[in-house]
Amino acid sequence: MASLSLDGLTKRYGDHPVVRSVTLDVQDGEFLVLLGPSGCGKTTTLRMIAGFVPPSGGSIRIGEADVTSLPPWKRNAGLVFQSYALFPHMTVAENVAFGLEMRKVPKAEIGPRVTEALRLVRLDGFGERYPRQLSGGQQQRVALARALVIRPDVLLLDEPLSNLDAKLRLEVRLEIRALQQQLGLTTVMVTHDQEEALTMADRLVVMSDGAVRQVGTQSDLYERPADLFVADFVGRSTMISGAVTGPGAFRSDGGLTLSCPAAAEAGPATVALRPERLTLGAAAQGLDNHAAGTVTFVSYLGALLDVHVRLNAADHVVVQIPNRSDGHVPAVGDTIEVGWPASACLVFPREAA
Amino acid sequence: MTLDGRIWGRLALYGVAWATLGFILLPLIFVTWLAFFAQEIPSFPPEGYSLKWFGAIAANRNFVTGFSTSLQVAVAATAIGLLIAVPASLILARRQFTGSAAVNQFLLLPLVVPGVVMGTSIYVFQIETEIATGLPILGSLGGLVAGHTLLVIPWTVRLVTASLAGLDRAAEEAAQSLGANQWTTFFRVTLPAIRPGVVAGALFGFVTSFGNLEMSLFLVGPGRITLPIAILQYLEWKIDPTVAAVSVLQILVIAVAMVITDRYVKLARVV
Repeated sequence: MASLSLDGLTKRYGDHPVVRSVTLDVQDGEFLVLLGPSGCGKTTTLRMIAGFVPPSGGSIRIGEADVTSLPPWKRNAGLVFQSYALFPHMTVAENVAFGLEMRKVPKAEIGPRVTEALRLVRLDGFGERYPRQLSGGQQQRVALARALVIRPDVLLLDEPLSNLDAKLRLEVRLEIRALQQQLGLTTVMVTHDQEEALTMADRLVVMSDGAVRQVGTQSDLYERPADLFVADFVGRSTMISGAVTGPGAFRSDGGLTLSCPAAAEAGPATVALRPERLTLGAAAQGLDNHAAGTVTFVSYLGALLDVHVRLNAADHVVVQIPNRSDGHVPAVGDTIEVGWPASACLVFPREAA
Repeated sequence: MTLDGRIWGRLALYGVAWATLGFILLPLIFVTWLAFFAQEIPSFPPEGYSLKWFGAIAANRNFVTGFSTSLQVAVAATAIGLLIAVPASLILARRQFTGSAAVNQFLLLPLVVPGVVMGTSIYVFQIETEIATGLPILGSLGGLVAGHTLLVIPWTVRLVTASLAGLDRAAEEAAQSLGANQWTTFFRVTLPAIRPGVVAGALFGFVTSFGNLEMSLFLVGPGRITLPIAILQYLEWKIDPTVAAVSVLQILVIAVAMVITDRYVKLARVV
């Protein structure tokens, strides 16, 4: 295993930039996730690391070696695809052995290493089967074994779980993470599924429009989002637009006056609120910000309830509360008090459009 | 629909299906039957049965050399056709370039142009080339193979392109990430995956070339003759069951080719 670093990595198609100067360092043994909506450049970035897309600028280093101009077959990167991409005409064992044959590993050594790799992904005894005889989850594990058996310097995962059904996805998620930690694999995964990203990653990279918006741990992204895009994309937020009028003071377009952290600069701004930081009912009265509103919608999520409250013509918030059978469940049309502390307001200056 | 209506509908379907099958099979059955008639003039009912017409084939030099020439030409044209069609299909299936659709249509064109027209134009082309270069092209085996290659190309291009469309490009990328360069990837991953299309295309190309008459008529030289031409020439002055026997032989060659192909590739899955 080795570290991986991208320096100013850029890809343009004609005049159209797809990846804009991405600089990242992945530590030896770290699990990094590239997260973003489709078309944000995350997959192109991964494909540049793998060697399938030649960069328009910047460099890629694996360990000490600059691999920017090396073809894929000289990079020693293990790759797992969304479609698994198993060789349909080869048995499971032949699939896994392929990379070792290419590396001219002696025959006597290939057998045991294939067996070991299949054992690692809990597919002992499946070697003689063909991919079409396996379930989606099993094929996924074969793809993983095939990528791991070559002892890659970096493991690259391209939306590896998207083709699995929801329940299996949860299992495989944990399995891959456990294996990655056990083997100390330097891993880069691309996904658009933020829950997947949050459960698997050591660190996450949020991308949009070809650029890195924020790099950080789960709590960095959730509690200290760098900008409005990250606040909106990671987790859920309700937005209140308005302006910062003075230190710690915000006035919404709908006329609410809110206390917010004093650091925010004066000028047009948006306040993002995480639904679980808001409180309903009498308890709201004592908080820094509170207002009365009308319940417009209640969605029942099982353990939780989402209560949508309209505060005035322009502003509305979503409040997430635990679903306790003894508690009062608000009904649509109820007038209710909503409150939240100043610290719950994430204030972002409005970007000049 | 009433139950009664359904039964009639089903009967009509079976009726049409069997009628069509009979329409296709009847000539084959009669030709095969005729080949075993004892009498020289093919008339019904047969006066007896005999294998002597198959012996007559071996005695006829035209049939023997014609069979051998047709086989050589068909094998050579199929091989060359594949060497052109497989790379062409790879590019056509993967690269969108200006005029790629036109090139695709162009490669299928020999299916559309009538055989006589193609034969005439290649004939003229070969004469002109021969005059310009002094090389003995017209009437040579090479000239004949070149013409037949055109018959093979549309089949191979069509079927190989179709099987490439079903290939997951990620499998090739996976091979490359595992250390295989482009050549190894092609031979270890791409080719095995498109093999059904390649084999089926080769088979249809072979059959088309082996049975071709119109184009060969223009391109054969003195003393060189293909099996279909030998049959035509024989029929010009004589009708006896020898021709039927030759046809049976030709049908057998093609049937054997199909059976062998089907062992490696299930034809029903490709075509």
